[in-house]
Amino acid sequence: MTSFTSPFTKTSLAIASAAAASLAFSSAQAAEVEVLHWWTSGGEARAANELKDLMEAEGYGWEDFAVAGGGGETAMTVLKSRAMSGNPPSAAQIKGPEIQEWGELGLLGELDEVAEAEGWDELLPPTVAEIMRHDGHYVAVPVNVHRVNWLWANPEVLEAAGVELPTTLDELFEVGEAIREAGFIPLAHGGQAWQDATVFESVLLASGGTEFYQRALVELDEDALGSEQMIEALETFKRLRGLMDDDMSGRDWNIATSMVINGDAGMQLMGDWAKGEFTAAELTAGEDYLCAAAPGTQDAFTFNIDSLAMFRVEGEERDAQQALARLVLEPTFQEAFNLAKGSIPARPDLDMSEFDQCAQQSMNDFQRTADEGGLVPSMAHGMAVRADVQGAIFDVVTNYFNSRDMAAEEAARRMVNAAQAAL
Amino acid sequence: MSLSNSVVQPAVGAGARRSHAGMLQACLPKLVLAPSVAISLFFVYGFMLWTFILSLTNSRMLPSYEFVGFAQYARLMANDRWWVASTNLVVFGGLFVAICLALGLVLAILLDQRIRQEGALRTIYLYPMALSFIVTGVVWKWLLNPGLGIQAMVRSWGFENFRFDWLVNPDMAVYTLVIAAVWQASGFVMALFLAGLRGIDDSILKAAQLDGASLPRIYWRVVIPCLRPVVFSAVMILSHIAIKSFDLVVALTGGGPGYASDLPATFMYAHAFTRAQIGLGSASAMLMLGGVLAILIPYLYSELRGRRHG
Repeated sequence: MTSFTSPFTKTSLAIASAAAASLAFSSAQAAEVEVLHWWTSGGEARAANELKDLMEAEGYGWEDFAVAGGGGETAMTVLKSRAMSGNPPSAAQIKGPEIQEWGELGLLGELDEVAEAEGWDELLPPTVAEIMRHDGHYVAVPVNVHRVNWLWANPEVLEAAGVELPTTLDELFEVGEAIREAGFIPLAHGGQAWQDATVFESVLLASGGTEFYQRALVELDEDALGSEQMIEALETFKRLRGLMDDDMSGRDWNIATSMVINGDAGMQLMGDWAKGEFTAAELTAGEDYLCAAAPGTQDAFTFNIDSLAMFRVEGEERDAQQALARLVLEPTFQEAFNLAKGSIPARPDLDMSEFDQCAQQSMNDFQRTADEGGLVPSMAHGMAVRADVQGAIFDVVTNYFNSRDMAAEEAARRMVNAAQAAL
Repeated sequence: MSLSNSVVQPAVGAGARRSHAGMLQACLPKLVLAPSVAISLFFVYGFMLWTFILSLTNSRMLPSYEFVGFAQYARLMANDRWWVASTNLVVFGGLFVAICLALGLVLAILLDQRIRQEGALRTIYLYPMALSFIVTGVVWKWLLNPGLGIQAMVRSWGFENFRFDWLVNPDMAVYTLVIAAVWQASGFVMALFLAGLRGIDDSILKAAQLDGASLPRIYWRVVIPCLRPVVFSAVMILSHIAIKSFDLVVALTGGGPGYASDLPATFMYAHAFTRAQIGLGSASAMLMLGGVLAILIPYLYSELRGRRHG
């Protein structure tokens, strides 16, 4: 570049660079990003549209590649076939350890320039930043943060039973009994593998603590998986079954949430997407429904972070892709998206006054746990371990929870096997 | 083959000046069939072969070609969930085929008694087949849910101790699949048998009556043996419905409680597509294929050979 510019005068250089810039700008207008995602339900689709508008305001095109289907299974199948045919989209909704798997295949592009210019290292908590990096380079950008270890409750049911929100596991059982005596279902639950796992990880976090959680469900330490603490957590988890109704098998989570809303059930252990159901029923947080950290996990935060991973692309598309990455983490989008989706922004420095009480508490806890430790990835939601290990753990958890005669020791032993088989 | 020969022969016999046209006509069936043969060779048998190749690799999220021999099969054999799924398939498939055949036959015989409104009744019994398994699954899910369906209804009549909680009972959940699938398919089997019954020569029955055979004896000794080809078709259709059952499980039990009502098809889907274990999923798909062949080939062989001699 320098040897090329030397014969030119300063003015001609300026003209040339201006021309180059305008050329770059006009071509950037044509540049498009293609984004694969499964934000297709009402609120989510509105939230995704926000990003499209922001991109278009900057002069980039947005090609929407939405693949419906709740957990993104269909979207992932589509993504795999696109990637295999050598034609991946510019960005795709990929999260957790899956980012690493795609990174190992050498398919992801780097975002280090944007990350440095925007100061992502300072913006994001280190635990979160680590998930977004592959091999030391940023390859993905976080969109939102869901907290998984929440307890939702119907205040009228609690009042009828004459109890307060439980803050420890023991209290949870006491409160549950009181609610049952008052004639309600204590704990609404849906008997699906991922919901069983969601409750299990909160119980494990409460009974074993953050450090144990980290060792057992994130690092898959075999000693921890087969330990007394694990057996105790499994037994407590199974006892919770006594607080649930008999018809839960196969029930969807939102049906369980509506049981809390209708006052059939007192409480539910579920991530903060449950808030969407409360909001849709036009209830106000703190008045018509209550939210609190899952009993015994006040100092922990199991996160489930949606992120957009960037595929390796060239030229103009890359410019558009980098702009996309920058916009995703900018306050405008973070605020708009997360207000629509019920989660909290991925950067802890934002003004939360627009958000409801639960989201504000979530953000406080997010910051606090990020500083003090206690911010851990959710196993049940694919943030901690790879899909195959997660699946194997799900099998053990759900089988144990539903089995009438499996001992906790046996379940712990199978958990160790599941971790070994995955290595 | 015999069909194409009979079409071709007149053209060949028509004379030398039409030999071009004759040749074209001789080739035409093959030409017309060629694309579909090529397509099915590639998409069915080619992909079967590809699945087999993948089952020998360590493919996880995307297919890879690092061969690991039969390690995926060994992992499958050590997988508790796979055994639950396979046992379920045997239980579900066996009961489903047997009950559908028995019920279909009984309904067909009853309907064959020259009753009034036969057309309307036939339609009623046949109608469930027009529904998708998803619809059947959802409807039975509600009916069988202890808090909503049959149990709640009977209890509301005053039988407080009535229990019918198979859907939420890990030991019984697989039988709810049988109930729903039988409800859906037995009317269809009935229609098959009814057609078979109508095809039986009246004179055989009259001869049997003249010989003094009682009605049950006529059915047992004469009518049912005559229906053997129908049984053959029905078993073929029912067993492939049983083996590929996927939507019914997803809609009715979701494989639960736990994975108590998992079937190999749902196991395969879960591992290949959601758990990033394409190798293991392919291995289970190959075992499913092996299972189908192990049952169907002997059956096909005995039936078709029997027919050739008979």
